[in-house]
Amino acid sequence: MSTPNAYSRRLFLQRAMMASVAAAGGSALAGCASGGDESSDSGQGATKSAKNPFGVKASSPLDVVIFKGGYGDDYAKFHEELYKNSFRGAAIKHAGITDIRQQLQPRFNSGNPPDVIDNSGAEQLPLSTLADTGQLTDLTQLFEAESIDGGKIGDSLIPVALEAGEYGGKILVLNYALEVYGLWYNRALFDEKGWEPAETWDDFMALCKEIKSAGIAPMAHQGKYPYYIQQVMMDMAVKHGGKDVVNAIDSLEPNAWKHESVKMAAEALLEIKSKGYMLEGTEGLDHIQSQTRWNEGQAAFIPSGSWLENEQKEVAPEGFATTVAPTPLLDGATMPFQSTRVSAAEAFIVPSKAKNVAGGLEFLRIMLSKDGAAKFTELTAAPTVVKGAGDGLDLTPAAASASALVGAGGDENWNYYYFNWYSPMKPKVETAFGELAAGRITADEFCSAAQKAADETAADPQTQKRTRS
Amino acid sequence: MRHGQYRFIVGFLIVPLALYGVFVISPFIQAFYYSMTNWTGVSPEFEFIGLRNFENLMDDSLFLKALRNNAVLLAVMPVAVILLALTFAFLLNVGRQGSGGGVKGVRGSGFYKLAFFMPQVLAVPVIAVIWAVIFDPTPTGLVNSVMRRLGFGSSGWLADPDLALYCVLWVLVWGSVGFYLVLFNAAMSAIPRDIFEAALLDGAGRVTTFFRVTIPLLWDTIQTAWVYLAILALDVYALVAVMTAGPGGPDNSTQVISLQIAQNGFQFGRAGYASAIGVILFFVTLIIAAIMLRATRRERIEY
Repeated sequence: MSTPNAYSRRLFLQRAMMASVAAAGGSALAGCASGGDESSDSGQGATKSAKNPFGVKASSPLDVVIFKGGYGDDYAKFHEELYKNSFRGAAIKHAGITDIRQQLQPRFNSGNPPDVIDNSGAEQLPLSTLADTGQLTDLTQLFEAESIDGGKIGDSLIPVALEAGEYGGKILVLNYALEVYGLWYNRALFDEKGWEPAETWDDFMALCKEIKSAGIAPMAHQGKYPYYIQQVMMDMAVKHGGKDVVNAIDSLEPNAWKHESVKMAAEALLEIKSKGYMLEGTEGLDHIQSQTRWNEGQAAFIPSGSWLENEQKEVAPEGFATTVAPTPLLDGATMPFQSTRVSAAEAFIVPSKAKNVAGGLEFLRIMLSKDGAAKFTELTAAPTVVKGAGDGLDLTPAAASASALVGAGGDENWNYYYFNWYSPMKPKVETAFGELAAGRITADEFCSAAQKAADETAADPQTQKRTRS
Repeated sequence: MRHGQYRFIVGFLIVPLALYGVFVISPFIQAFYYSMTNWTGVSPEFEFIGLRNFENLMDDSLFLKALRNNAVLLAVMPVAVILLALTFAFLLNVGRQGSGGGVKGVRGSGFYKLAFFMPQVLAVPVIAVIWAVIFDPTPTGLVNSVMRRLGFGSSGWLADPDLALYCVLWVLVWGSVGFYLVLFNAAMSAIPRDIFEAALLDGAGRVTTFFRVTIPLLWDTIQTAWVYLAILALDVYALVAVMTAGPGGPDNSTQVISLQIAQNGFQFGRAGYASAIGVILFFVTLIIAAIMLRATRRERIEY
């Protein structure tokens, strides 16, 4: 046998030498992230006109990356056809992928991003980071431009679309699909039992009691992801105290989470739990498990967004009529019952370092035409931010009830942004919501925990603070 | 002759060493560099900020919680896996007295070996999904049904902050025992059978044989297993990410270091900060491996 000590010492020396060689090369290697600074041909050059407001050159190729999630990517292929019709001979590179971050992060780091990206899904690039570091094209010129159907594009959209894409006073993101949140129930079951979603808290409690006595859990939620139950509580809080409640929360104002309305909504949630109106064990179920149980009739209400029907279509039994109801009003609520949280999703961006920025903007202009938007709704059953683009289409029960709620709420519909604006705050607040929904903390403890997360975020020098009013 | 031999060896090693340098060494060194920057992970521009990331880490309550949870896993998991795997391997090898006075494994040992090794064939996310379903927190869940029938009542399991980490620990042990069982089994098979028979003739019982003969002869293998398991206990990313609420919950009860790296690096746009956590994890792993190898060093027995 060879002497192990001498051997390992030699090995050690070799490794040490290798490490020092590698360290010398380290600075060069570390340069990987700084990438090349090739000057980009931003596609300018062709004359700008009413039909071509950004001066797109047909000869410049267009690079499109679409998140191929719940909505698929067929709609984008249709938009690409429209683009090719306008610019004969334009070469379009289309990619429909789900791992946006993994595939695009190296391209951003080397200064060679695509021209249009649908930055969505679980693997999306951190939008606030891209916005803060000036890597996104200002879309104001897009919303100022003439729509394909005539008139200013900005005027043809639902206001929440513009609000949602605003970062530091500039609109950098086009959120395309409209999502409507609320409490979802099976209209067929409610008709059969003679139930009706309640408008006031007292009526809601009475309804829950009746549902429970029928052997059904009044409410389930996707407890593994507290984001869902959070919507219900936030909606009740905002409808009680008005939009100032959420503006203060989004602006990270001191004691925003200790507002009376937030506390009342937290107590309401605790009441549902403590009276046994939650499906037992729902705190540990994920979205698939809980929504399937809801489809099976084990629970009457479940919080979610307008994608729910599409998500559950493989599981929902025949005759199941997925329908949305607004959350009930707490005593002294200042906003109407028929209003709810509405958000714009599917975040389309045009990177500022893209080779064909003009082409990217033109692609978004095509998406925002009536034809483009109607095709999206037709293919995905989801409404878009383009006003009236879904009119005349044959809608499912979920889409019809969601559209009706959007219409009824009008300007009273609201949205929050702290989840997108301050990503490090999100898991902390979600943890507090999860503990509250499980009944492990009191309403006061919830308010303090959420406020602590907000205060930490406000004090963090790495986080860009934003305000809204 | 010597001269030609070196050229031969270098010729063979140059490609693997180059690959190792590019894909293993250089990312490590880059991570050390990035840990001292405020790189977002999605921008070509960043600044050098010295040790500020490390200073911030010391006040990061989530990171400290993750460190604590990893410490629990590190303290319990390797010991549990090694004890179970050793016991089973011993039973499979020398659990039964043979007809001619020799020793054999228990009846059906081939089947047991296969059954124990099964989890090793499954991908970690698959294991995580299966166990998340087994630990279903509703009264009709698998474990809860059994518990209720036994009169214990149902429990939240992964939804209960007091139990969640132990559920993860259990799955980790369950998934690892099979591999180390096979490893120890192979090492035991290499021990000459006459040593066991001699011990038997000298009047040693099964327990004495296990502690006085088997363990000393397997020491090198156990040492290796210990270091590998310690590294595994410091990772557990896939299991926690797929199986737990949040992930990392409820109430951060299953938060681990690797999850903090992923969240900071990919969701919060703080790749520099995540690199700093990675650097700490690197040194923690290195120190623990060194301590374990040193503390468990013994004289080697040759046969």
